Amino acid sequence: MLRLILRRLALSIPLALIASMISFVLVPFLPGDAARALLGPNATAAQLAAAREELGLNLPLWQQYWNWLTGALHGDLGTSLISRQPVTELLNARLEPSLSLIIGATLVASIIGIAMGVRAARRGVLGRVVDSSSILALAIPDFWLGLVLVVIFAVQLKLLPPTGYVPIAEDPGMWATSLILPIITLSLPALSRIAKQTRDSMATALDGTYVRTLRAAAVKENSIIYRHALRNAAVPILTVIGLVFVGALGGTVAIESIFAIPGLGSTAVQATASRDLPLIQGVVVYFTLITIVVNLIVDLAYGYFNPRVRVK
Amino acid sequence: MKDTSYPVLVAENITVRYRKGRQHFTALDNVNVRIPHAATVGLVGESGSGKSTLAKAILGLVPITTGRIELLGQDITHLNGRRRRGLGRSIQAVFQDPNTSLNPSFTVGRSLIEPLKAQNMLGDIDVDARVAEVLTAVGMEPDAASRQPRQFSGGQRQRISIARALITNPQVVVCDEAVSALDLSVQAQVLNLLTDLQRERGLSYLFISHDMSVVKHICHEVTVLYRGTIKESGPTQQITTQPADPYTKALLLAAPIADPVVQRQRQRPTSAVPAPSRTSLIS
Amino acid sequence: MTVTSSQRSSAALPNAVPRRQGWLGQAWKRQPLGVIASIFILLIFVLGVLAPVIAPFKAGQQDLLVTLNGPSSAHWLGTDALGRDILSRLLYAAVPSLTYALIALAVFLLIGVPLGIVAGYRGGRIDSVISRVAEIAMSIPAVIILLVVLAVFSSSPIAAMITLGVLGSPGLIRVVRGVTLVVREEAYVTAATVAGVKPVNIMATHLVRRALGPILVQASVFVGSALVIQAALAFLGLLSDGDRPTWGGMIGEASQVISLTSWPLVPAGLIIILTVMAFGLVGDAIRDATSDEASPAGRRWRRRRAKTVTPAANQFDLDTKNHLLQVRNLRVSVDDGVTLVDDATFSVAQGEIVAVVGESGCGKSVTALGTLGLLPPGLHVDGGSVIFDGVDLLSRGAEAYAAVRGGGIGYVAQDALGSLDPTHTVEGHLREVILRHEKLSPAKLKQRTHELLQQVQIADPARVLKLYPHEISGGMAQRINIALALAGRPRLIIADEPTTALDVTVQSEILHLLRELQQSTKLSVLIITHNWGVVADMADRAVVMYAGEVVEMGDVYTVFQAPRFPYTAALLAADPSVSPLGKRLETIPGRVPAPGSRPTGCRFAGRCPFATEACLDGPLPLRVVPPGSVTRCIRAEELASEGVLDR
Repeated sequence: MLRLILRRLALSIPLALIASMISFVLVPFLPGDAARALLGPNATAAQLAAAREELGLNLPLWQQYWNWLTGALHGDLGTSLISRQPVTELLNARLEPSLSLIIGATLVASIIGIAMGVRAARRGVLGRVVDSSSILALAIPDFWLGLVLVVIFAVQLKLLPPTGYVPIAEDPGMWATSLILPIITLSLPALSRIAKQTRDSMATALDGTYVRTLRAAAVKENSIIYRHALRNAAVPILTVIGLVFVGALGGTVAIESIFAIPGLGSTAVQATASRDLPLIQGVVVYFTLITIVVNLIVDLAYGYFNPRVRVK
Repeated sequence: MKDTSYPVLVAENITVRYRKGRQHFTALDNVNVRIPHAATVGLVGESGSGKSTLAKAILGLVPITTGRIELLGQDITHLNGRRRRGLGRSIQAVFQDPNTSLNPSFTVGRSLIEPLKAQNMLGDIDVDARVAEVLTAVGMEPDAASRQPRQFSGGQRQRISIARALITNPQVVVCDEAVSALDLSVQAQVLNLLTDLQRERGLSYLFISHDMSVVKHICHEVTVLYRGTIKESGPTQQITTQPADPYTKALLLAAPIADPVVQRQRQRPTSAVPAPSRTSLIS
Repeated sequence: MTVTSSQRSSAALPNAVPRRQGWLGQAWKRQPLGVIASIFILLIFVLGVLAPVIAPFKAGQQDLLVTLNGPSSAHWLGTDALGRDILSRLLYAAVPSLTYALIALAVFLLIGVPLGIVAGYRGGRIDSVISRVAEIAMSIPAVIILLVVLAVFSSSPIAAMITLGVLGSPGLIRVVRGVTLVVREEAYVTAATVAGVKPVNIMATHLVRRALGPILVQASVFVGSALVIQAALAFLGLLSDGDRPTWGGMIGEASQVISLTSWPLVPAGLIIILTVMAFGLVGDAIRDATSDEASPAGRRWRRRRAKTVTPAANQFDLDTKNHLLQVRNLRVSVDDGVTLVDDATFSVAQGEIVAVVGESGCGKSVTALGTLGLLPPGLHVDGGSVIFDGVDLLSRGAEAYAAVRGGGIGYVAQDALGSLDPTHTVEGHLREVILRHEKLSPAKLKQRTHELLQQVQIADPARVLKLYPHEISGGMAQRINIALALAGRPRLIIADEPTTALDVTVQSEILHLLRELQQSTKLSVLIITHNWGVVADMADRAVVMYAGEVVEMGDVYTVFQAPRFPYTAALLAADPSVSPLGKRLETIPGRVPAPGSRPTGCRFAGRCPFATEACLDGPLPLRVVPPGSVTRCIRAEELASEGVLDR
């Protein structure tokens, strides 16, 4: 088990390095440079030179990366080109809304998805519902679904706020209300993915030879489903939950923009539109670190459910 | 007995070691096998005995750590690349599982032609005639070539695999558990077919099996393997009637014989109550 | 009865079904949804290409007098905020939307397929490098990398789609590698290697062809998600494609006016959903079609219509009234389908070992599971009776079965390791099963687990109890399965091929164990086997099954020495263990008739050298013939007197 965690951590290092390098590798392809992007087309040559000096753009690329990396290891991800604020300061403030949204959506999707999938394992109507909704869920763009929900619940029924975010410290009730629509939007497709996976791996587990042995030995059906089959089905379900979490991370890009939530995703969109490379590089680092943590948790969970992993 | 002065395949002092993680594992330890012309040599043993490893080593599918293999007088121990592939004209193989012995996506004909194509023999011969000939030789209709493997039973697919092994006219065929997955009546047909083909074409077989009774039936000579080493080898008659090695004895005794009278006399003496004699019931 | 091999194949040919009814017709019959979906995608593409010709308006043509209109005769799908025709814009947007998705797909396939196949086939270092890199790449959050690329390459859709293809390919690599790992172990790949086929040709023919199904499924899912992601980027205004409309961009425009009208959201959203769904359905159809291809023809009977044959009343009266288990005329069918077992009739007395013997497909395992009430979903018992200890389990239903399971009848299956739950220890299994039968204090429970392991002759119970199934050998696992079966102190054990998957020396130990248990505890054993040696070794009585019915039964010595059904005699003669070295084996021509195409009369008649016209005439009952055997053969006495059946 310990070896597994160490292996996963060892794999995380190149992942973090590659992810951190991406914007630097691409910089030579930039038409103009950060200074030009920052000051706009009307800047004078002197202004540009000064800005370049300040941003360290005159250094060779590897040295720029090295400076950035040593800074990053000390918790300094540079300064936003647009707002001139430190990237970490900017992004730390955006962490709460994004994490509320992602964790909320993953929890909702996992609980309902697994419950549905277990019940749907034995074919029947629910089984068909799960099967067909999984195709539909793949097809419905999440941003479109979010807009439709806004139209129905905010514009037409006026039940929920259409946009905006209230921090939990300010008002927990409003916080929850402001997250309902975004969480539903993110969790619906995820839910059907988890339900489908649960149904499929439960069906496989229930086909296992040991299920027949247990039945023949008079073991109760509930024990067979929850103690035995679900445990055997757990690993692929966990994998999908991990993927759903990482997917929700990507989903924030569109969802936070629709619901005007000041999170990592909406920040990334603004940074892209304004070509604020240090800021978007910062979001890459945050996303990558969150992904690494999630994968680690999923791996630990594998070990809990699968004794074969635990022993090695 | 067959003329043993003319060996088609000789494997001398074969040792195969694997590395599994940090551990070394000896799959075969100093094993010798010699297959005479037009004879069948059996390799028998249980799981982990190394019998399949030896087959793979001879076929060039696993690297040999030490030892030497000679096929028709040619040293093939460390042949690689093109020269190894060229051996497909002299040595072919038939494997266990009739469900995967043929690519389910290809017609039988395409599977049969594959060895000819690989050996660049397509131009030299009348391909359709050769396909029809081998199919007939294994007791199938020539029109089987245009059909898909799923349209055939397990026994028929095993026949087609044999046909594929014969199509390049090899001298040696390695049968790796080739009849083990078949039902008794079908197994009998395939065993008879192998015997017939040997008589008609002078084939030599290396016959790998875990089933002592099958080996006893078809092999001229037997080699008993246990955990990668040879326990005993010699003419089948001698090994099966006067085994010298205790493991061979145990193996022979463990395989039940399809005759209740004989079988109950062979049962292990530890059995507390001897089987009651009920021969009086038979009229 | 000796038949040469060439005679044999002609009898096996009827299975060859001519199946040429046009490629499309066949596809339509099997996968109607897949065909509709393919046509839909094609239609969207063609209409998109023809947009300049057939669209009622130009894409950018504004009419500020009719902004935000709903559907009308002039504008079938209404107009947007600038009064542009929504239908025309959708049509103009089709080609770029699909083309960009296809660019991503091309990159996805070009990277994923070769690397996946090479990694799976070559293994070793190449595999570990490719797999590691893929694993790392899969952990990178794709959307954010797309944003970086878009920031650098000034919102270029092509750059975005190439990146998407690259970022998606590790998923395909993993799937293709997984398939390749399985396929490369299949015998035909090894056979091709032995035949001298070059590795590159093996990869390009066998492996690509076998991985094609999964590849196409992945491709269809990927194209769909590429369309959605591309729409999302356009929606966010991060793709610049000149003035050309895009589906995602149209949703973005619609979202600006959401407080005024929601209509423009509908057409653009639906076209994306329908197109992506169509790709998904095509993928599903491909998956079903390719998994169909690999399945053997024998599986197809599941869907065939039932042909009901009423079995004749069996005419024998052996004294089985006091037998512990009596199975009479048991009949098992596929739900809405063919009958697999029509007439299983046999009994097991207290303390007796009875063997059911037959070749694969004769229905012996289905009979065992039907007797136990443990048929897999899709099969059901539709006739007969199973009387255990005086109680008819079939007519009393589930509750009667629950009462005897474990406590009255124990069960041991063929797959020893698969019969244990891999996530629980040996002790976990035993505890749960013991507690179902008796409430014990923790100390007593521990004692009982040790006792059971000792009963199955496991030397060090304390160590074995802590082990997981993957840590024990097949023989050990089978001992534990027997211990589990014994946990409820049953009077009968049904063992379905308990030693078939084991080595012969281990088989001998397990058979020995079963025999000892039977002798020490007066246990009854019903053993299912295809191995005459096991029957000879274990059984007091033998029951021979053929094509879904019992054809002969009797005392084991009688069945072996004086079989009274020609199939029994032929099957015994085919056993090499009693055939002298060098002698030809007896064979049986033809093959077992498949369920659903079994003849009305004697089912063996088509392969029997002694068959007459009368043999095919109506269902044949089981009857008693001298020297006390029960047989279905109407010529049994005649053949016996000729001496052609005896050995």
